[in-house]
Amino acid sequence: MLALGLAILRSLPGPVFFPIRAIAIVYTDLFRGIPTILVITLLGLGAPALGLSWVPKSTTFWGIVALVLVYTAYVSEVYRAGIESVHPSQEAAARSLGLSRLKTLRFVIFPQAVRRVLPPLLNDFIGLQKDTALVGILGAVEAFQQSQIDQAASFNFTSGVCAAILFLAVTVPLTRLTDWLIARDRRRRQAAGVMA
Amino acid sequence: MSDAVVIEGLHKSFGKLEVLRGIDLALTEHEVVCLIGSSGSGKSTLLRCINLLEPIDEGRIVVEGEDITEPGVDVNRVRRGIGLVFQAFNLFPHMNVLRNVTLGPREVLGRSRADAEAAAVELLRRFGLADKAGDYPDRLSGGQQQRVAIVRALAMQPDLMLLDEVTSALDPELVGEVLEVIRELASTGMTMLITTHEMAFARDIADRVCFLEEGRILEEGTPAQIFTAPREERTRQFLDRILQAGQRL
Repeated sequence: MLALGLAILRSLPGPVFFPIRAIAIVYTDLFRGIPTILVITLLGLGAPALGLSWVPKSTTFWGIVALVLVYTAYVSEVYRAGIESVHPSQEAAARSLGLSRLKTLRFVIFPQAVRRVLPPLLNDFIGLQKDTALVGILGAVEAFQQSQIDQAASFNFTSGVCAAILFLAVTVPLTRLTDWLIARDRRRRQAAGVMA
Repeated sequence: MSDAVVIEGLHKSFGKLEVLRGIDLALTEHEVVCLIGSSGSGKSTLLRCINLLEPIDEGRIVVEGEDITEPGVDVNRVRRGIGLVFQAFNLFPHMNVLRNVTLGPREVLGRSRADAEAAAVELLRRFGLADKAGDYPDRLSGGQQQRVAIVRALAMQPDLMLLDEVTSALDPELVGEVLEVIRELASTGMTMLITTHEMAFARDIADRVCFLEEGRILEEGTPAQIFTAPREERTRQFLDRILQAGQRL
């Protein structure tokens, strides 16, 4: 959702919005350019080390914040590509009906954009899900970390395999779900009218 | 009769290219005016300017007594009263016909779903599209799509319709059904400004024909006068070229 907001900010036209666009661009450049693991260590180990009383100390919290920051940057670019792939004549048609810019985006541009970027979007989602393993370096216990603990205790790699299966158990159904969504959309569009 | 649209000294440039160089044109209510002229003469740009899709550089456009080119005018409100139909239909491909037609009334005019759908079905029936309400645009022929686009514009109950080359993207055998719809509209007294390459149609339907050349209205008059006795040499040359290309008047 944050990413969508960012993509919209970046697509704002006109010189008035230049500062907002600039901030959005800098943000994307920054968080796509820095390795995820660096963002995680900087925030996860750095932020609590500041010693400020109001800063949460939980590594899980900072791990999540870091992942959100990074993936917001990635996903916003996917959305932006989708928004820009919708032909300008669609916007012209919607505006000519008197729809505001926001409603044009909501009803006309965005639904078409999302349909087009669903596969790359899922890509990033899987990436995010796998990168949770990186949070482990902070000491927060996620699946990979847990398997390492078990491995060290038992000298047995079964736990690693278990962790892999856990990841697959989430990503594979998601992939199938996306395929199904795309297929359903295609079927619906090509189906003859059932009304009337 | 009062003026529906008055355009005065309209200039429009895209970068260094001056597309409209001082257009003066007035339409009275219920009048049908056809704009003819070669590609690049500025016909489409003129329509887009009236719909405020293109900002103008100079001049003014007055619709129903209101200068719509003043800064601070609510463009969304202005556009409600002006229907625009595009050469390439521009239907929303992710919505079925009914939703295409009801989007404007529901989201802009604030109609309830039931109201908007009832009105849309009535319009679709009037234009022979009642059985297409549930179809998605890519299931329809070009002619059907363009008729839906016209219905979509009409659903906003505009005072003025702008039709931009609405038959140019159609196969020849589909042109007729769309022109029929426009004739029907004209018979209801709709004020229309139409750009077209169909000379026979223009002669048939227009109260007045304007010949655009290089961003100016070079000549205007009744269809009979323009098509049979054009005053300007350039108008005559243009019509000759069209006739040689195989169109009949």
